[in-house]
Amino acid sequence: MTRTKDGLTIQFITYSQIKDLNSTARIKKLLEIILNNKVIILQGKLMPEEETRLIEDTLVLVGKVKGFKGIELAVISPNPNEQTIMNKIKYGIANALVGNTDSLTVIGPASVVKDMKKDPKKLEVMMKGR
Amino acid sequence: MVLKIIKNFFKRIFSDMFSKKGNISLGFYGPPNAGKTSLANRICNDWTGEELGTVSRVPHETRKVQFKEQVEIKYKDHTLMFKLVDTPGIATKIDYEDFLKFKIKKKDAQNRAKEATQGIIEAIKWLDDVDAVVIVIDSCENPYSQVNITIIGNLVARKIPVLVVANKIDSKKSDLKKVEAAFPEYDVVGISAKYGTNMEEFYESLFKLAKKAKK
Repeated sequence: MTRTKDGLTIQFITYSQIKDLNSTARIKKLLEIILNNKVIILQGKLMPEEETRLIEDTLVLVGKVKGFKGIELAVISPNPNEQTIMNKIKYGIANALVGNTDSLTVIGPASVVKDMKKDPKKLEVMMKGR
Repeated sequence: MVLKIIKNFFKRIFSDMFSKKGNISLGFYGPPNAGKTSLANRICNDWTGEELGTVSRVPHETRKVQFKEQVEIKYKDHTLMFKLVDTPGIATKIDYEDFLKFKIKKKDAQNRAKEATQGIIEAIKWLDDVDAVVIVIDSCENPYSQVNITIIGNLVARKIPVLVVANKIDSKKSDLKKVEAAFPEYDVVGISAKYGTNMEEFYESLFKLAKKAKK
């Protein structure tokens, strides 16, 4: 979540909004939102290579964009170890058909999000005070 | 005399061939201040008598990828040659003000932050050039950090074998079981790089890791 002078802005992005974008366009879209001091809640998750690309592109901007210090990033997904074989098959088929939509990715600018604490059961997002 | 020259020639050729074949590029990855350089130093000290880099309590002390070539490690009856690749800690944010807490001057803190961002980018690029990776995690910290998961995800995508090292087990805050629970699919070894605790088990796991490496 993001706290600005006007309040807190969270932008939800459905998987369908990024599904047809290539990696470069996906990251560009996400970074544009982050640079507007908004926190993104993305349905689904990026590919591992996209996550590192996001980190790289983010760090290139640190020191170049005034006040930008990077991002906080966390992904929550169903724990595969807690799923039955039948559920794993169902998830596998669903992912193949409609993409990886069973995860949630939270990304926010570090100037707004103080920390994200994750464990297998929950994700806590700590905001910076005004 | 001629025989000796021919003998030396073949010895050199075969020695080079062997060292190239067996030279496993071993990357040390993980978040800042997890003890990557401490572990790389421990290994270097154990087998070459030299250190690889400097360590500090200030995060992002390692801001450039640093190497140690031709590190010959012996375990039981086996010997392997490694190239150690110590990388800067991966982070998603860098704030020079964090360094001011360590009484670093503003200008130096800003330079450190700039070098740290470049170092992380360099470390990520090196993911394409390592044969096997040791992920070093501070066992006193939350292992579910996205950075750890992102690094491992990238290594899995590149089919690079991984060994997870839970460092700082000498600390009272250390929670090795939590690290093991976070990475159930990987071999997790608890060590203290600073004091050399449990290095025998680490070397055993390292040789298992090397077997899985491409080379």
